[in-house]
Amino acid sequence: MSLDKESVKKVASLARIRMSDEELERMMPQLSKIIGFVEQLAEVNTDNVEPLANVVDITPELRKDVVNDGDCADKVLKNAPEEIQGYFVVPKVVE
Amino acid sequence: MAQMVQGETGDWEIVIGMEIHAQISVESKLFSGASTTFGAAPNTQVSLVDAAMPGMLPVLNEKCVEQAVRTGLGLGSKINTYSVFARKNYFYPDLPQGYQISQFEDPIVGKGEIEIDLPDGSVKNIGITRLHLEQDAGKSVHDQHPKKTYVDLNRSGCALMEIVSEPDISSPEEATAYLSKIRMILRYLETCDGNMDEGSMRADVNISVRKLGGELGTRAEIKNVNSLKAVQQCIEFEARRQVDLIEDGQAVVQETRLWDPVKLETRSMRSKEEAHDYRYFPDPDLLPLTFEQSWVDEIKQTLPELPDQKKHRFMNDFSLSRYDAGVLIAERSRADYYEDVAQGRDAKLAANWVINELLGILRKNDKTLEESPISAEQLGELIALISDDTISGKIAKDVFAEMFTSGKNAATIVDEKGLKQVTDTSAIEAIVDEVLAENPDNVEAYKGGKDKLFGFFVGQVMKKSQGKANPGAVNKLLKEKLSS
Repeated sequence: MSLDKESVKKVASLARIRMSDEELERMMPQLSKIIGFVEQLAEVNTDNVEPLANVVDITPELRKDVVNDGDCADKVLKNAPEEIQGYFVVPKVVE
Repeated sequence: MAQMVQGETGDWEIVIGMEIHAQISVESKLFSGASTTFGAAPNTQVSLVDAAMPGMLPVLNEKCVEQAVRTGLGLGSKINTYSVFARKNYFYPDLPQGYQISQFEDPIVGKGEIEIDLPDGSVKNIGITRLHLEQDAGKSVHDQHPKKTYVDLNRSGCALMEIVSEPDISSPEEATAYLSKIRMILRYLETCDGNMDEGSMRADVNISVRKLGGELGTRAEIKNVNSLKAVQQCIEFEARRQVDLIEDGQAVVQETRLWDPVKLETRSMRSKEEAHDYRYFPDPDLLPLTFEQSWVDEIKQTLPELPDQKKHRFMNDFSLSRYDAGVLIAERSRADYYEDVAQGRDAKLAANWVINELLGILRKNDKTLEESPISAEQLGELIALISDDTISGKIAKDVFAEMFTSGKNAATIVDEKGLKQVTDTSAIEAIVDEVLAENPDNVEAYKGGKDKLFGFFVGQVMKKSQGKANPGAVNKLLKEKLSS
C-alpha cells in the first residue's frame, strides 16, 4: 500500500509534527515501505483467532489503595516551561 | 414521556444517549499512589507517573477494580472477568502522557439496565451499554491570565468510571431522571460521591432528532454538562437548533459541542474535530485485567439494598405511595432514618412526619439530615405519643418545633408543659357546657340553621382547653348537645 501526501500530512498533524512539503514528499515512500512490511502479516490466516492484547500469560500485580506518592510539586514542575503559583503555565488554549 | 419538538414540517422526536463520568471513591489514583483528595494546592498530588515522566510505569489500583465491579453489579450489568486497557491518543496541555489510558474493545462491565422514575409517576427502563475504567485528565484554568493557560495535574490519573447509556432517552425529563438515578445508585454503593459541583460526576450528552419513527439523525455530542439543570437546558436548546437547521435545508454536522451555562447555548468546539481520530491500541505497559468469577460473587454478597429494591419494599411493606417512597429512598441515610422512625410504629404517619415536617424544617434551617437535632428515635417517640392519643396531631407540631430547638425528648416536653391530651369525657363536657352557656346567641343561630357556626364552637372549646382536648371527643359532644 502506498500513502498519498494527504495521509502523511494527517499522520504528521495527529502526531503534532510540522513538516515542509519537501519533507512530506520524502516521507511518502518511506512510510509506504514500512506499512508494506507490516502488511505481510495480513497473509496469515486469522479466522477464528481472538485478538491478542498481550503475549505473556500472567495476571497483573495490583496495588493496594494507599497514598504513598505525590507531594513533590517541585520535582514535577522542574521541567515546566513556566511556573506561576505552583501551576504549569502554557500558551492560552481556550476556544 | 417522549417530548416532541414542534417544527414547521411536523413533530420531531429527540434521541438521547448519555456518557457519565464518575470519579471513583478511593484514596489513591488509578495507576499511582498519589492522593485524590479534592481541593489541594496545585500539583501537590502528582506522582512522577501522573506527570508522565519517561520510564514511569502504571500499576493498577485493586480497589478501583473492585469499585467498578461493584458499580456494574449495581447497574444490573454483565461483569467481564477479562478486560483490556487501551491508549486513547490526543494532545492537550492537561494530558501529559499524550494519551489517556482507557478501555476500548474489552471494557470491565458490559450490558445492563436501570429503572428511571418520571414526574408523571411512570417508570421507564434505560439500557446501559457498558462501563469502563479510565484516567481523568488534569485541569486547565483559563481565566487567570489574558494570554496563558494554567495547568494543575492533581486530577491527572484519578480513576473514572465512564458509564455509557443506550440511546433510550427521549426527553429532557428522562435525561435528568436518568442522571439522578445513576447518581443515587453510585451513592448507595459508595463508589462515587456524586458531587457534581466538585466535578466528581460529569455528563456528555449525545443528541439527535428524527421524524417520528424515522431514520436516526446525525448526532452532536455536548460536553461540559455539569448539573441536572444544564442537562435539561442543553437538550432543549440543541434539539431546537437541530430541527431548525434541518427544516432550513441544512444538515446537522457530527461534532463535539460545548454547553455554555451563561449564554445558555451550545457551540462548536472546532479544535476537537481532528482530535477525534484517537488511534486506540492496547496499552503495552499494562497486562490484560483478569479476575475470578468467585471474586465477583463475593462482592455481590456485600451489595447494599439498592434504591429501586428499597422503593418497592417501602411500597409493599409500609403501603407508601410511589411518590412518598421515592422521596424517602432518594438518599440512603434518609431511608435509614425513616426506617428507624417507622420501626414498630404507624409507618404511613412516620412517612408524613419525615417528609413534611422533618425535611421541611431542615430545609428551612439549611441543615442536612445528619445535622438534625431530632434523632430518629426521638421522632419515633413523638409519633407513638400521637398514635396512643397522648397528644393530638396539632399539639404534636408544637412539641416537634420545641424538640427541634431544644433537642429534648417529646415526652419530657409534654410533661413539662402539661400538653397531655384530655380524653376524659367529663372534663371535656364541662368545657363544652361552659362554651355553650357563654354564647347563647350563637347557639340560637346554629339551631336556626347556621351550620357553619359548628367550627366556631370547636374552636372555642379547643382554645379553652389550650388545644389539649381530644378533637374527636369534642366533635362528638358538641354534636350531641347542639342537636338536643
